[in-house]
Amino acid sequence: MQTEINEQLDARRAAARAGGGERRIAAQHAKGKLTARERLDVLLDPGSFEEYDIYKTHRCVDFGMEENVIDGDGVVTGWGTIDGRPVYVFSQDFTVFGGSLSETHAEKICKVMDLAVQNGVPLIGLNDSGGARIQEGVASLGGYAEVFWRNVQASGVIPQISVIMGPCAGGAVYSPAMTDFIYMVRDSSYMFVTGPDVVKTVTNEVVTAEELGGASTHTRRSSVADNAFDNDIETLQEVRRLYGFLPLSSREAPATYPGNDSATRVDQALDTLIPASANQPYDMLEVVRSIADAGEFLEIQPEHAANILCGFVRMAGDTVGIVANQPMVLAGVLDIDSARKAARFVRFCDAFNIPVVTLVDVPGFLPGTSQEYGGIIKHGAKLLFAYAEATVPKVTVITRKAYGGAYDVMASKHIRADVNYAWPTAEIAVMGAKGATEILYRSELDDPVKIAERTAEYEKRFANPFIAAQRGFIDEVIQPHSTRRRVLRALALLKTKSATAPARKHSNIPL
Amino acid sequence: MSRSTSNSALFNKVLVANRGEIACRVFHTAKRLGIGTVAVYSEADAGALHVREADEAVLIGPAAAAESYLVIDKIIEACKATGADAVHPGYGFLSERAAFAEALAAQGIAFVGPPVGAIEAMGDKITSKRIAEQAGVSTVPGEAGIIEDADAAVAVSTRIGFPVMLKASAGGGGKGMRVAWNEEQAREGFERARSEAASSFGDDRIFIEKFVTEPRHIEIQVLCDSHGNGVYLGERECSIQRRNQKVIEEAPSPFLDEATRKAMGEQALMLARAVDYASAGTVEFIVDGDRNFYFLEMNTRLQVEHPVTELITGVDLVEQMLRVAAGERLGLQQSDIKLDGWAIESRLYAEDPYRGFLPSIGRLTRYRPPLDLSAGQITVRNDTGVDEGGEISRYYDPMIAKLCTHAPTREQAVTAMASALDTFELEGIAHNLPFLSAVMRHPRFVEGRLTTAFIDDEYPDGFSGVTPDAEQLRLYAAVAALIHLRHQTWRQSIAPERFKPAQQDELVACSGDQQLLISHVLDHQTSELNVDEQPIHIQLGWQPGDHLARAEVGSQHIDLQVSVPTGGVRLRGAGMDLYFAIGNRRLAELRELMPVKSFDASANALLCPMPGLLTKVLVAEGDSVEPGQSLAVVEAMKMENTLSAERAAVIKTIVASEGASLAVDEVIIEFEAEG
Repeated sequence: MQTEINEQLDARRAAARAGGGERRIAAQHAKGKLTARERLDVLLDPGSFEEYDIYKTHRCVDFGMEENVIDGDGVVTGWGTIDGRPVYVFSQDFTVFGGSLSETHAEKICKVMDLAVQNGVPLIGLNDSGGARIQEGVASLGGYAEVFWRNVQASGVIPQISVIMGPCAGGAVYSPAMTDFIYMVRDSSYMFVTGPDVVKTVTNEVVTAEELGGASTHTRRSSVADNAFDNDIETLQEVRRLYGFLPLSSREAPATYPGNDSATRVDQALDTLIPASANQPYDMLEVVRSIADAGEFLEIQPEHAANILCGFVRMAGDTVGIVANQPMVLAGVLDIDSARKAARFVRFCDAFNIPVVTLVDVPGFLPGTSQEYGGIIKHGAKLLFAYAEATVPKVTVITRKAYGGAYDVMASKHIRADVNYAWPTAEIAVMGAKGATEILYRSELDDPVKIAERTAEYEKRFANPFIAAQRGFIDEVIQPHSTRRRVLRALALLKTKSATAPARKHSNIPL
Repeated sequence: MSRSTSNSALFNKVLVANRGEIACRVFHTAKRLGIGTVAVYSEADAGALHVREADEAVLIGPAAAAESYLVIDKIIEACKATGADAVHPGYGFLSERAAFAEALAAQGIAFVGPPVGAIEAMGDKITSKRIAEQAGVSTVPGEAGIIEDADAAVAVSTRIGFPVMLKASAGGGGKGMRVAWNEEQAREGFERARSEAASSFGDDRIFIEKFVTEPRHIEIQVLCDSHGNGVYLGERECSIQRRNQKVIEEAPSPFLDEATRKAMGEQALMLARAVDYASAGTVEFIVDGDRNFYFLEMNTRLQVEHPVTELITGVDLVEQMLRVAAGERLGLQQSDIKLDGWAIESRLYAEDPYRGFLPSIGRLTRYRPPLDLSAGQITVRNDTGVDEGGEISRYYDPMIAKLCTHAPTREQAVTAMASALDTFELEGIAHNLPFLSAVMRHPRFVEGRLTTAFIDDEYPDGFSGVTPDAEQLRLYAAVAALIHLRHQTWRQSIAPERFKPAQQDELVACSGDQQLLISHVLDHQTSELNVDEQPIHIQLGWQPGDHLARAEVGSQHIDLQVSVPTGGVRLRGAGMDLYFAIGNRRLAELRELMPVKSFDASANALLCPMPGLLTKVLVAEGDSVEPGQSLAVVEAMKMENTLSAERAAVIKTIVASEGASLAVDEVIIEFEAEG
């Protein structure tokens, strides 16, 4: 029985789903981009999407906008599932008013944000928008800020993921900036506060949109984005993968997957990983993959500050955050970029009840004017602060060097890591033997034979894990091949860890 | 494999003046015989398997072989330090140096190899050929003298028998070479070869040799004692070679008949006797399409490919060498030598088959050979010098291991090898497993129609992986779809029951530009489904987390290496490397809309094709370069490799500096964007 309303319903749904019309959809496709709804088909499980506010329209009556009304108003919102787990989504529709954000467009986003926080379900935003709806003026700006405020309220309550799939400029960038992860699409997305034209007018710099705010800029240089992929589909599928590591909200621990790897598996290859010479690098990724279930590692910011590795693995089916110095890049040194990268990652893990495993091979902090002028003191402090503040289970394995202040920072016992292991190759000292003897025996510097003797003496005394172990700073010296088994046992015991921060409004991390 | 008699007369301790798998191989037998073992090693090999396998190990110098494994004095010092009373030289290094055998003899240390005289006699190509001729061994017929004119060329050719090869005396690189199949061609070819020789080399001297058609490399294993006894242990066919490097060997040869085998064996022994040979040795022949065989050279050592002989004869050649070196009489007579079944050896090299077999170095982050086993009538044997976490260094031979199979028939041995190769897990370096696996399925190899030109004939443009035929593709797509579904079920296992999606019963698997529709998936555990509307029934052994899958389809079973990258399934095996993007129809439609992106980095940059040392950068920033212009030199495995421009370009940035150690695909030079 087809009533008039039902006919109307079908017609309006069809109209809304057509978005900005065939011509604009073709233009979107010509750019290698999918439409807002097509993207949701990829992101969500087939048939799981339920749309809200499909008939919502703007209320603008200026500049002829009253004649130009399209159902949905340039954003598709609702919820669906990813591998059977719920998620709220919004997907901006570039084919409708260029995806520009109106007051009502913002209201639609805010509605799903509110529901997400209330129900403890993550939010994923697909950004593809020309910016503010200029015709609406301050109403549009207000809309942005409503979204920003909710991003902040949701932060640490539910995971928020932003995917930049087209332009994202001006004020619009600040919503993604306050979410937990940003993924970009190479060659078809960009983010900047002011575009190339304004840059040219103000500073005379000539720069393309891609250079200014493309995926490679933000994944390598600025670290605004956490990763980028070749096209819409690949990017959305990677978002699905990331989502599988995250809990629905901070009210729960991440779920445990059925085991797909043995908890007692040993890896003899690790026994030969550390090279004979202390100056020779090795690939810390091998350790990460070795301890992870089935070798799976989802790396965050792989192209930025590669001297530290951050990302998720599963261990016995549980999500674990990995932070690891990477000796292959800058000898694994801590610097401004790596400290900021790791600090933010540790705080995410702590906020969402994800244990942190830290793999340490750090020669210290990077010296130099650029680091000091850049504020390495405060940036380094962020990582120290993040680790010290984190109450999730923390397990640390020192594979080789743990020198100086960097030893303290990298989840040492003193800042309340729960279990600290060291490989037999660990050297825990204020600095390397050569540097130390040069300071301790300055008067003998002219005598290379004596200095060599002193260096050997220092090495013998400190280039091992026992001094630290004698003091209880290291709980046990473990064989590299047993690392996975040991870390897993530690994490198993720490499942019932109970630690709380002192009561306060909030801490004051050195931002 | 044991035919041991009394061990009392053998040695106290044997030192192996070698490294890698052959050192491990010798230790293995020595241990069984109750002989102590001593390894020598260079600094680069401090953690190597052969060092760990020996009772004692002695450091003999830096990584470069010329300063360690090749220094006779250091080996002798190591013998003295450890009290080793015998030295096995393995192959390569000092194994065919008469001076080494002499130096050991001077110290009263037994050399586990032939007498010095035999090494010297066979060490020189011209001398060895002369000795062979005198001993009545068939050699390539030819006229060593210079041919005066076309008439002489015809006369000599007729005497040798067509076809013949006319060769410039000063020749090289194929210039001044002509094959003649009849008198007319001999006459014409002589004139041409002579003028070409004159213009190319300024030397018009020509000589004539029998041209061996459809040449095969077949060699005879001999074993002689110092009391004048000798036996031959059948042949090995080593025709599958790449640039004179053997890749796949087998015993027996699919080509020889009993009469030819006997004739070759007997001639090999004649040669051995002529030089008073005493040890294991190999006489190499070239065999033509009519089973005429001609002596090439004799190798006075244990061959790399000796395991295939051991597998079909049951004789432990290392044991026999030790016994002979200790002065024992051979416990074997020719009538004891029975060839049982078929054995194949595949040499695993650290060489990238997809990049013209460029050498590759690095850590073996994953090294899981198929288990050595004898199940039923099938034997799998892996002679290895490395284990997981081991290092393939740039200092030595790029051979990683020798994988052998033995079975009653050649067909079974080939099938077993194919499966063993496909289940061999090797990561961290590029390697030739896909190539070996492809050869095992090559119809010409399967039929045994081999020649030394096999690889050049069948892979003229190099190896780029095997492309599946339509039926294979359907089968692999079905496997990929089942893996995808099982993986998806695992991923959904943490979903709340109320949201769990229904099982998908229709999928599209895309590989390259091919799309296959997977439908009617009733249950991905029992696995009946349709691919492009055709039913397939598969038993699939794979669970999430597994690296290997075994699919059974009818009587056929397929071993595959599996990974599950985001959005699809990658399957490797049988020389194929297939990625299937998998999803529902909708996803397949949308995928069509995705732009095709060329790999930017390679188009706009010069990448290092192999791990190595950047020795020279030949251009400067801002330079315009032409296609083919040399840009940089990378040294890897002691070889200089010149990298040149693939297209005209302007140098934007020189990223890597001279002296830098580079990994594969590391950027050396960036070019300005095109256009």
